[in-house]
Amino acid sequence: MQFREHRLPNGLEIIAECNPDAYSAALGFFVNTGARDESGNLAGVSHFLEHMAFKGTPARSAADVNRELDEIGSHANAFTSEEQTVYYAAVLPEWQRRATAILSDILRPALRDDDFNLEKQVILEEIAKYEDQPPFGAGEKCMALHFRNHPLGHSVLGTNETVTALTPELMRGYFERRYRPNNICLVAAGKVDFAALVADAEQHCGAWPARKVARETPPAPSSTDFQLIHKPSAAQQYVVQIANGPATEDADRFAGGLFATILGDDSGSRFFWELVDTGRAECASMTACEFQRAGVFMTFLCCAPADAAENLSCLERLLAQVEEEGITEAELTRAKSKICSQVVLQSERPSNRLFAVGGNWLARREYRTIRDAVDSYRSVTLHDIHDLLAKYSFRHQTTVAVGPLTRLDSAGGPASSD
Amino acid sequence: MPWLESAAFTLLVPAGCSRDPERLAGLAGFTCEMAQRGAGPRDSRQFIEDLEMLGVDGSASVANAHTSLGGAMPAENLYEALAIYADVVRRPHLDECELEDSRLVCLQELRALEDDFAQKVMVELRRRRYPDPYGRSGQGTEEALHSIDLEQIRHYFQTFYRPRGAILGVAGKLDWPRLCAHVERLFGDWTSHPVPEILESRALGGYHHLPHSSSQTHIGVAYPSVPYAHDDYFQARGAVGILSDGMSSRLFTEIREKRGLCYSVYASCHSLHDRGSVVCYAGTTTERAQETLNVLLCELVRLSRGVEQDELDRLKARIKSILIMQQESSMSRSSSIAADWYFLHRVRTLQELGRIVDQLSCDTINRYLASNPPGDFTVVTLGDKPLETSLAVS
Repeated sequence: MQFREHRLPNGLEIIAECNPDAYSAALGFFVNTGARDESGNLAGVSHFLEHMAFKGTPARSAADVNRELDEIGSHANAFTSEEQTVYYAAVLPEWQRRATAILSDILRPALRDDDFNLEKQVILEEIAKYEDQPPFGAGEKCMALHFRNHPLGHSVLGTNETVTALTPELMRGYFERRYRPNNICLVAAGKVDFAALVADAEQHCGAWPARKVARETPPAPSSTDFQLIHKPSAAQQYVVQIANGPATEDADRFAGGLFATILGDDSGSRFFWELVDTGRAECASMTACEFQRAGVFMTFLCCAPADAAENLSCLERLLAQVEEEGITEAELTRAKSKICSQVVLQSERPSNRLFAVGGNWLARREYRTIRDAVDSYRSVTLHDIHDLLAKYSFRHQTTVAVGPLTRLDSAGGPASSD
Repeated sequence: MPWLESAAFTLLVPAGCSRDPERLAGLAGFTCEMAQRGAGPRDSRQFIEDLEMLGVDGSASVANAHTSLGGAMPAENLYEALAIYADVVRRPHLDECELEDSRLVCLQELRALEDDFAQKVMVELRRRRYPDPYGRSGQGTEEALHSIDLEQIRHYFQTFYRPRGAILGVAGKLDWPRLCAHVERLFGDWTSHPVPEILESRALGGYHHLPHSSSQTHIGVAYPSVPYAHDDYFQARGAVGILSDGMSSRLFTEIREKRGLCYSVYASCHSLHDRGSVVCYAGTTTERAQETLNVLLCELVRLSRGVEQDELDRLKARIKSILIMQQESSMSRSSSIAADWYFLHRVRTLQELGRIVDQLSCDTINRYLASNPPGDFTVVTLGDKPLETSLAVS
């Protein structure tokens, strides 16, 4: 494995983890933009723009883009998050150059009005789809409630209303501000020909004009809000809770990841033994999510409506207990073993390494090997976890519950359902 | 696969939900849950903690023909993990004290399906497309899950957890002679006995609507196809690939790209041992559901008029990269070779699959489609109102 990096005069960075023994190559454009960069009337524009990239360029129609990506046998897709928009393709090494050419081209989309109006229907279908499937938007709604006016409260998909109101002009303005080469990184992993990658990037992206791009990163607020959303047609009750946690830049993010595994991994965790193994909940889990200058521990509970209040009290008790008593050395050892094994297993595919390498670069401009990742988890001590517990409090959590309940009292009181 | 650091195994035990007695739907799943709650020298907690220490990313599921257990792990831990799973399938405690918690876990899974409409439609589609018990899914029914007792679980275990029909697929960085000797020690004295034959009923087929007040309508369509072991399987698979593999495939182009009718639409081959189907799904808002179904059925009927060379070239490029990328994952390879063994009693190498794909041509696929045109559709919808299926000849 060899790490290579290069920067074009216009600021576009090209990085690669080259593994001559790999069978495939994965490459992607990582654009440092997402829902957190959308002001009020732009909600959902990053994700909509991601769709529009596949709807054609001055040189290619939408059908051309789809056809050419299939002709090279690629597994190509894109995703949008709070702070990244990523366009990627996994290909056999002989197709690296064509994949680079197609992906570079779609990063300068035509944004034609007809395509915009047709694709808007697909986005509205996608919004309707997520509103109609578990957990019925509980995660995004809880982020919105927790972060209030903070940019991390913005929904990635936007709503039916905000997306309906978007215009091609608004999207073009957003594109002009955010899709600047100095805000984009071309990342590759696997069997990569780095010299060719740089030459192709120069040819296809060298003329993209640079301009200063900014992002607001205010501190995360602290909240204890509670919202119950009545959805009488749901069979189960879905609850999401958010507490503040380590951010992307914080050294204690590894302790945060281990802590979330000990408390709320989907197997073998404290939540699991108390609620899932006993059949009291279908799911009770905790994950740590890191963003620029903010992070969260997100707890997810899904269970029968009648059990929701008691299960929430149970989660509260488990969190109070860990805050008071900490964790054991044996728990920490098992969590390390579990996470490190997952890191190594996932790294076997270049398409997975792509996201790890690109994510690290976008967040911290650093390259970390698989060994670095494993070592970072291995070196966390009980003391680090207890420092983490002193820094973040689970007494301040934001809660959103969606389901048939019309009343939900987490302090051990009765729940009522209609 | 010496280039990997991992190894993975897939253990198929011939204890699928097609073996559930009629009034005890869910028994296979219940037994699988119980088997993992203490086996050999380990109790329920020790079982999970030991797997965590070995870094095993494990899974267990119940399909129609098998209960499937498996996982991927750092290569050096394969042997110890196999020993743990040998206890699960041979020496589970099936202890009374785990019974009620297991029951609740199974009921939770069943209830989760109630909110997952896309899955619910596909479960109902398979149930109607195949004769019982081949269309069943493993979740069972609430009534049955409430009634199952420990004796029934023990009896099911003793009858169906057996070596005849069990398959162990292993892939990754491994030492073959050492693995064989190890498996011989773990499973060599496992004994079999005869099991009853499966009696099948008639398939329901036709159109069925599941009423549900929602802004979305979920559509499932199935039609008969050949099973994996059939000589023509790859002709059928090629035709479905042209319908659904990749962003330039027909369903994606006609339904999503040209008309913006929905976000998700797909078709895939589904195979049982001796019969197969093509199953299709589309999810859309209620007011666009009728048009979505019409276009979907039109595309299925149009398929019988043949496929084009450029479509096939793209499909071959995609399949070729899938085959090569399979070599990057021990888990993906171990489950494919276990499935191959079940359907074919041998394993197709990636080279052999490559040759089969090279030999596909428009002629061979079109000949197949001419004699096996999509038709006899089974249709299931879930949503606010039923749809018109005049095109669906059942």
